[in-house]
Amino acid sequence: MTTGDDRAEEATSVPAVMPEAAPSRSWRRAFDDLGQGWRQRPLWGYLGWQDIKQRYRRSVLGPLWISITMAVVATAMGILYGALFGEDIRTFLPYVATGLLIWYFINGCILEGSEVFIANEGLIRFLPAPLSLHVYRLVWRQTLFFLHNLVVWGILAAIFRPPLGWSLLLAIPAFMLLIVNGAWITVLTGIIATRFRDIPPIIASLANLLFFVTPIVWQYDTLLKNPAVAERARIAELNPVLHFVEILREPLLGEPIVWHHWIVVGVITVAGCIAALVCLRNYRSRVAYWV
Amino acid sequence: MVSIDLDGAAVDFPIFDAKTRSLKKAVLGRAGGRIGTGSKVPIIEALRDITVSLRKGDRVALVGHNGAGKSTLLRLMSGIYEPTRGRSSVIGKVAPVFDLAVGMDPEISGLENILIRGLFLGMTRKQMESRVDDIAAFTELGDYLKMPLRTYSTGMRVRLALGVVTSIDPEILLLDEGIGAVDAEFLAKARNRLNELVERSGILVFASHSDEFLADLCDTAIWMDRGTIREHGPLREVLRHYKGRDVLAEIEATR
Repeated sequence: MTTGDDRAEEATSVPAVMPEAAPSRSWRRAFDDLGQGWRQRPLWGYLGWQDIKQRYRRSVLGPLWISITMAVVATAMGILYGALFGEDIRTFLPYVATGLLIWYFINGCILEGSEVFIANEGLIRFLPAPLSLHVYRLVWRQTLFFLHNLVVWGILAAIFRPPLGWSLLLAIPAFMLLIVNGAWITVLTGIIATRFRDIPPIIASLANLLFFVTPIVWQYDTLLKNPAVAERARIAELNPVLHFVEILREPLLGEPIVWHHWIVVGVITVAGCIAALVCLRNYRSRVAYWV
Repeated sequence: MVSIDLDGAAVDFPIFDAKTRSLKKAVLGRAGGRIGTGSKVPIIEALRDITVSLRKGDRVALVGHNGAGKSTLLRLMSGIYEPTRGRSSVIGKVAPVFDLAVGMDPEISGLENILIRGLFLGMTRKQMESRVDDIAAFTELGDYLKMPLRTYSTGMRVRLALGVVTSIDPEILLLDEGIGAVDAEFLAKARNRLNELVERSGILVFASHSDEFLADLCDTAIWMDRGTIREHGPLREVLRHYKGRDVLAEIEATR
């Protein structure tokens, strides 16, 4: 039943084994975990799709509901807040939709990220697999949601014709940065929340708050132009999510690129990755004990 | 090379109750000073001072009373738990068979479950697809494999799980007694397949209370007692000391 080729193929997909007696708390084991998880792409790729199909099983429209929900929310909020702030619906509707598109991705990573190991308790305790497998699966699932929602952006862009240009290409590195940040925040909050079970509810309430302090249904520029509040509006820059939204929204709407957002995101990405790696190095082997 | 080396390995479980597991205590504790011994998390020493070396061809029976640490030792060997003290080194592709239900999704079809379980056990998609017919024949589930798993009876689920597990090619096979709970009729049928599987695998560690089964599959034994290895040696001797009588001779006599 097993041919020579078969064996060779298996060698590339060897799951959680300990190649040599490297101590549990070592950089090597942390990076091995990330590498082994990455090599199991077929598994988490499949599970990520499964998660989405699962949610819409037996419904007629299936995953199309993701796009429809997004379209309904974006339209309703666009019209409501557009009227409240006296904005032109032709620019404001795509603005709200694009903001929501990005927000859903960030929100999904933050909310589900802290529960990632708790939710996979059974798998962690009974099947040896790298921890990063669960992280990749989650980020992949959120990416699939994002791509479904991107359809709505495409339709709105076709209707309202924002001034898209070559800067649209920047959307790709911007989204890559979002993915990397989704991964580190999942690792970091996931591990901490497995140990301290108060973290998920704290994060959930913070995420709610973040939505309102991030310029998604309101425009940062309008506030800056208003001399009465311009000074205070600067405070919004302290919100890290603002910068993540801006780097992706600017190219998607053909707005001029503001480079300092990229710098802030770059710094956060590096700092976050370092924090997550340190956490992974020190507490990776403890997660199985904590779940 | 296939090997399992444990050197003075220990597994300590921290037991967090609702209070110590929350931040509340850490935060409030700092403000108000330490209250009693609350900052210390109680620990259960599930395994202590485990030193064992297994090599290719070893067929090890794990015996011991409930709670002696058999399952924890298997999970330590599988790499799920890394030792809190001591060292462990496991080289080879591990196939743990602990709880047949874990990793099975009731909402998706049997075929999809076969694929997912196979991928978790380190197989590639192609390998699993080539084995599906074999698994279908063994489990006798036929067209039922296309139905969602929730429509299966317990027995059918066990068949499916055993079908997947016995179709893979592990280097290290870790079996927990969970499979002993399978109904006897199917197990008799599964026995040949299990034997073949054991032949294919480099190392077998099998925790069970069924002496007959152990006699079939194993030649050495580890007797676990309260988290430590009480005895490690030939199956016959260890079983005799554990049970207080020559169990193997009894089994041979009845055959």
